[in-house]
Amino acid sequence: MRPEYWLYLSAVLFAIGATTVLVRRNAIIVFMGIELMLNAANLSLVTFSRIHGDIDGQVIALFVMLVAAAEVVVGLAIIVSIFRTRRSASVDDANLLKY
Amino acid sequence: MTSAMQLSGMLAATDPPGTAETALFWVLAPVTVVAACGLLFARKAVHAALSMALVMIGLGVAYLVHDAPFLGAVQVFVYTGAVMMLFLFVVMLIGVSAADSLVETIKGQRLVAVVLGLGLVLLLTGAISQATLDETVGLVAVNEDPGNVTMIAFRIFDDYVWAFELTGALLITAALGAMVLTHRERLTPRTTQRQLAADRIAEGAVKAPLPAPGVFARHNAVDTPALLPDGTPSEASVNRVLRARGQVRSAEETAAPTAVIQSEFAEPLGDGTEEGGSR
Repeated sequence: MRPEYWLYLSAVLFAIGATTVLVRRNAIIVFMGIELMLNAANLSLVTFSRIHGDIDGQVIALFVMLVAAAEVVVGLAIIVSIFRTRRSASVDDANLLKY
Repeated sequence: MTSAMQLSGMLAATDPPGTAETALFWVLAPVTVVAACGLLFARKAVHAALSMALVMIGLGVAYLVHDAPFLGAVQVFVYTGAVMMLFLFVVMLIGVSAADSLVETIKGQRLVAVVLGLGLVLLLTGAISQATLDETVGLVAVNEDPGNVTMIAFRIFDDYVWAFELTGALLITAALGAMVLTHRERLTPRTTQRQLAADRIAEGAVKAPLPAPGVFARHNAVDTPALLPDGTPSEASVNRVLRARGQVRSAEETAAPTAVIQSEFAEPLGDGTEEGGSR
């Protein structure tokens, strides 16, 4: 077995995350789909780091985790504040900017 | 730390990967993919969050295999421990029972999304299968000589120190942003105690303690209403639970013997003669 099997796993996880973002209506689950995509990218970074014998991939993955943590904080705060005003966490209900 | 190193040493596979890693991959990959599909199909957000936590743990194990013990530990700490628990917290805040709506707002959106997802899988796997990769070098040597954490620290605080400082600024901004977004401005001034007291007087409710139950010559339990000065029973003197159960005695029934005794006092001889009357 060669390490690129892990790349296939990463590709499948990324596609599942992207489909989640496209299909689901609940804002929290959409957000988790974004997290899944970030994690899939991390997996491929770590795999490449091993293939090339260079630890830079792990460092970049660490930075991705940091940015994802910051993003989760702000994103969840936005979801909570939208829920407070509109009593709904569905992405279809927040459509006032359309008009 | 030593046992963690031993664990990662056991998990850290040879390069190129041996049978142990192959077995681990074929256990881990289906579990991870099925859990990720839980994100797509779970009706409730809680189940989606839990399956997402399973995916995160699976990826943490994968990092251990990839000669990245530090990243594996951070993955479990940060993602499974902090981020997913934050997600669960928000799910509880917003409502656990809020199930997803099944109405399609755009016609055929789901079908198109699934087709696009499958297309993405085909595209990526095709690209990976066509790529020619170098012979796997592995990080065993790097993890041996300066050590995994040491090497990452060298990189972060030397080559990427500017990016590291920027992430510090980013984290502070994120914390501030969360505080600003969830802060609720007080629209009306806080009501003082004096204002509360004035409101209570203005609404005209009973301010004094409620009247005690009636005390009669032969009965003084809580199920007997007291009599008001004009002789009518007071509703407020009996517990409303007893009233709802219908366990309240009538005041007339208990007051009647008292009236008889009082009339005997009024007419001690009982003959209607006038001389013995002591009023």
